[in-house]
Amino acid sequence: MTEELQEITLTVNGRRHVLAVQPRRLLVDVLRDDLGLPGTHIGCEHGVCGTCTVLLDDASVRACITLAVQADGRSVRTVEGLADGMRLHPLQEEFWDKQGLQCGYCTPGMLMRAVEILEQVPDPTPDQVREGIASNLCRCTGYQYIVEAVLAAAPRMRSENPWDPTVPTEAKA
Amino acid sequence: MTTTARPPAPPVRSHPENRKWVGKSIRRVEDPKFLRGRGGYIADLVRPGTLHAAVLRSPHAHARIVSIDTDAAAALDGVYAVVTGAQAAELTEPLPDFGPDPAKHTWRCLAVDKVRYVGEGVAVVVADDRYLAEDALALIDVDYDPLPPVVDPERALDAGAPLVHEALGSNLAYERTFDFGDVDADFAAADLVVRDRLRWHRSGGQPLETVGAIADFDPSTGQLTAHTNSLSFTSYLFMVANTLRIPANKLDIHQVPAGGSFGSKLFVTKPLVLAAMCSRLVGRPVVYLEDRVDNISNCDHHGSDRVYDVRLAVTRDGRIRGIDIDTVDDYGAYIQFGVGHHGNALAQVTGPYTIDSVRYRVRAALTNKNQQGAYRGFGSEVNNWMLEQMVDKAARELGMDPVQIRRRNFIRPDQFPYFIPTGNVYDSGNYDAVLDQALEIGEYDRWRAEQTQAREEGRYLGVGLIAAQERSVFSATEFWFWFDEPGAPVTSMPESVTLNVDATGGITATLYSCAFWGNSPETMVAQLVAEEFDCDPHDVSIIYHGSQGGLPATGPGGSRTTVMLAGAVEGASAKIKRKARRAASELMEVDPDDLEWFDGGYQVRGVPEQRKTLGDIAIALHLFKHSFPEDVESGLEESQVFDHPYTTMPSADRKDLGVFYPFMGHACHVPVVEVDIATGEVRILAYAAVHDCGTLVNPRSLAGHIVGGTAQGIGTALYEEFVYDDTGQLITSSFLDYSIPTAMEVPHLRIGHVETPSPYTPHGIKGGGEGGRMMAPAALNAAVNDALAPLGVRVTELPMTPDRLRAAIRAAGVVTGGR
Repeated sequence: MTEELQEITLTVNGRRHVLAVQPRRLLVDVLRDDLGLPGTHIGCEHGVCGTCTVLLDDASVRACITLAVQADGRSVRTVEGLADGMRLHPLQEEFWDKQGLQCGYCTPGMLMRAVEILEQVPDPTPDQVREGIASNLCRCTGYQYIVEAVLAAAPRMRSENPWDPTVPTEAKA
Repeated sequence: MTTTARPPAPPVRSHPENRKWVGKSIRRVEDPKFLRGRGGYIADLVRPGTLHAAVLRSPHAHARIVSIDTDAAAALDGVYAVVTGAQAAELTEPLPDFGPDPAKHTWRCLAVDKVRYVGEGVAVVVADDRYLAEDALALIDVDYDPLPPVVDPERALDAGAPLVHEALGSNLAYERTFDFGDVDADFAAADLVVRDRLRWHRSGGQPLETVGAIADFDPSTGQLTAHTNSLSFTSYLFMVANTLRIPANKLDIHQVPAGGSFGSKLFVTKPLVLAAMCSRLVGRPVVYLEDRVDNISNCDHHGSDRVYDVRLAVTRDGRIRGIDIDTVDDYGAYIQFGVGHHGNALAQVTGPYTIDSVRYRVRAALTNKNQQGAYRGFGSEVNNWMLEQMVDKAARELGMDPVQIRRRNFIRPDQFPYFIPTGNVYDSGNYDAVLDQALEIGEYDRWRAEQTQAREEGRYLGVGLIAAQERSVFSATEFWFWFDEPGAPVTSMPESVTLNVDATGGITATLYSCAFWGNSPETMVAQLVAEEFDCDPHDVSIIYHGSQGGLPATGPGGSRTTVMLAGAVEGASAKIKRKARRAASELMEVDPDDLEWFDGGYQVRGVPEQRKTLGDIAIALHLFKHSFPEDVESGLEESQVFDHPYTTMPSADRKDLGVFYPFMGHACHVPVVEVDIATGEVRILAYAAVHDCGTLVNPRSLAGHIVGGTAQGIGTALYEEFVYDDTGQLITSSFLDYSIPTAMEVPHLRIGHVETPSPYTPHGIKGGGEGGRMMAPAALNAAVNDALAPLGVRVTELPMTPDRLRAAIRAAGVVTGGR
């Protein structure tokens, strides 16, 4: 039942990878197992919960129902691409500050969806954020502090210097 | 209530004031790794060379396994082993089971002679990867002989119903009636007896991460090393060892953060047993990770599934005298925790009220469904819903206001500690204060005015109001007081912490259970350590010890983690400070009694310039032991095993169950809903929640639990149900059909806190992990009933799906524009 391997090129978080994959392999498995990027998680495996959300050419997709070969020649952004070295992305900082996460499992997908929302609507209303993140399930938080975090990150992402000097870097945490 | 002498309560504590860290909403120390996608969940720990297991699941609710042909699967390239249930029964003992008479409903990691529910495993394949393993599953040929299924719990108890377990001789796994107080007298004296029949259908935690285990058996040492996101009960590992026929001291289980649990990862042994059995068989590390269908159909953690017939004895002026509860609970095909869920309910069965007597009859029915386990509330949330439904019905029949009837029956602040009829104690509380705040932030009066206006416009607005309990910190009595024999002493359910101060004064705390499943054990321990030693919580290191050689620990469950870890931190800190004080006195050549702890060090009372910081003391203790007397050992490390601070034995006649869940939280929820009577849709317009969990450690974290728990309660009330059809098919086997609330279904909550410190716990903390879900189903049901009151409709079944609401509205003879 082994299928022939197919060569694909994926640009993941700005880095180009040439890979040989079975056509049936899912994008999420290739990201996690072949590229060693475990941040994209698997939740429902039916494309419902959004846990596996990544950005494919700047639009969110469900990596658990996307074949890796469908991403051939395209660019993928995952949670691993958000932080700038020691500095967390403003969305990551605000999720931390507002406690927009509890178990952390939906968080990478939620963050990537939030990136997409703020790229499309840089100054969203609370209702727009709520409706926007309704694509992704979170079982822990009840969403309230996720909404707060996204709203707090929005003006920072629009500003010249988005960093919050009060947020410690990873080394401190 | 019996008047027999009770064992004395523990000493009443005085709590420190002017806390620096406890009570502060700091950023969680757990979070940066999760934010970066480096959480280290079980799926992230699979190393190259690990083999993957996949399980073949029964498509039938009830069928005899005639034969299994695994030849084609075993012959597939990349497949290492195919193990059927019959073979697994030779390789392993039955799974750990706390149910009554386990030999009569034997539970194994795979079904042997027959399958008892859709999704029960019948064979496991081990292959190079999950894709190949699933290819092989498709090649296994099972010949089933279908049997008639038993689906309805009440019909399951009828004579002649098909038997789930022939050895049991019926589908009644357990039955008992407890009487507390003089129930018959209270009913005879009642002016009014309120009756109802209520139905709560099953839902479950359904965390976004499923359960998994990686097992690596080393044949040269006989050692099994395992990682799993379950099995919180470190102290009960010996039972897993027994299932695997491995000496307990050769089993080392490592903590892995759980991507959510809500109870459903509590003590899940099956994935670990499957992975370990396979690893030993093939001599390679094996991972078994449930997929969503595995989890939803076979997680062994479906929630309560109850039918209630209840009577409430009430006086004309609204005083509730007694309650008579008769419940049938659909446990599914096995009963791993016995009826512990009902034991849990008995901890707070009378709610916040001064009800004098209780009759509690439970019948545990077995059916062809996945079995019950734990779901946030562990059966007490169902009791809260039942009781609040009855109180509201009593108010309606008496023509009383829902606020008024509750105030009339509340236990008053001066009555604590208060023993309820079952024998459990409520340590403290102030229920009027919680209610007052809920009415205020919930804008109760304004919404009542809006409701009047809406009704004139033909809109169905409802205001719900419930006041209910959140028991915290269990001792395991609830699982065994059901049985007269064998008796057991009270269980202490310990939790342990080791504190290590290194030579630079840096502090590392070691935890001994799988404590993280979305709660904040690391932040909380860091805050408590920082409170003791005046450091920054983010400078405290937290590590987890594996089970091998670990100190006694129990893990999360029953909202116990914060209180128990706080006790362990307190004890270990006191030992560290004792040693540090003595060392400081030696270093400064002063009497230890002249020293006081101040701002991270010991100083001479009245001479603040004469002091040694913890770092000064630590480096001396690490490097210069010979500066100290003979009996001082190098280093600065101390441990504390903290045992349940307040639990007592049940009486032999079980008229009094003893103290088993004493730290009693309380909450009042006030949701406002609008019901569209033409479609049965419920929209939440506003939601206020006020909780009292004693002293707050991290208010933002607790608020997160309240919102998140309420979101799950909204799911329970309106959307979520594991639906088995008449043939026993699970027709909600994915998130496409099992509807979890999104951000559009969960409203913005207004949250309030009241702090009534516990007199018996460190800092006065009570547990608070379950409260949201323990309140919201009752509150939303109350709101919907309030909305539909003008139509004469009361909804008595959860979840209140549109079809159920429409059926109730139709049954009341209401004709709408729709069908």
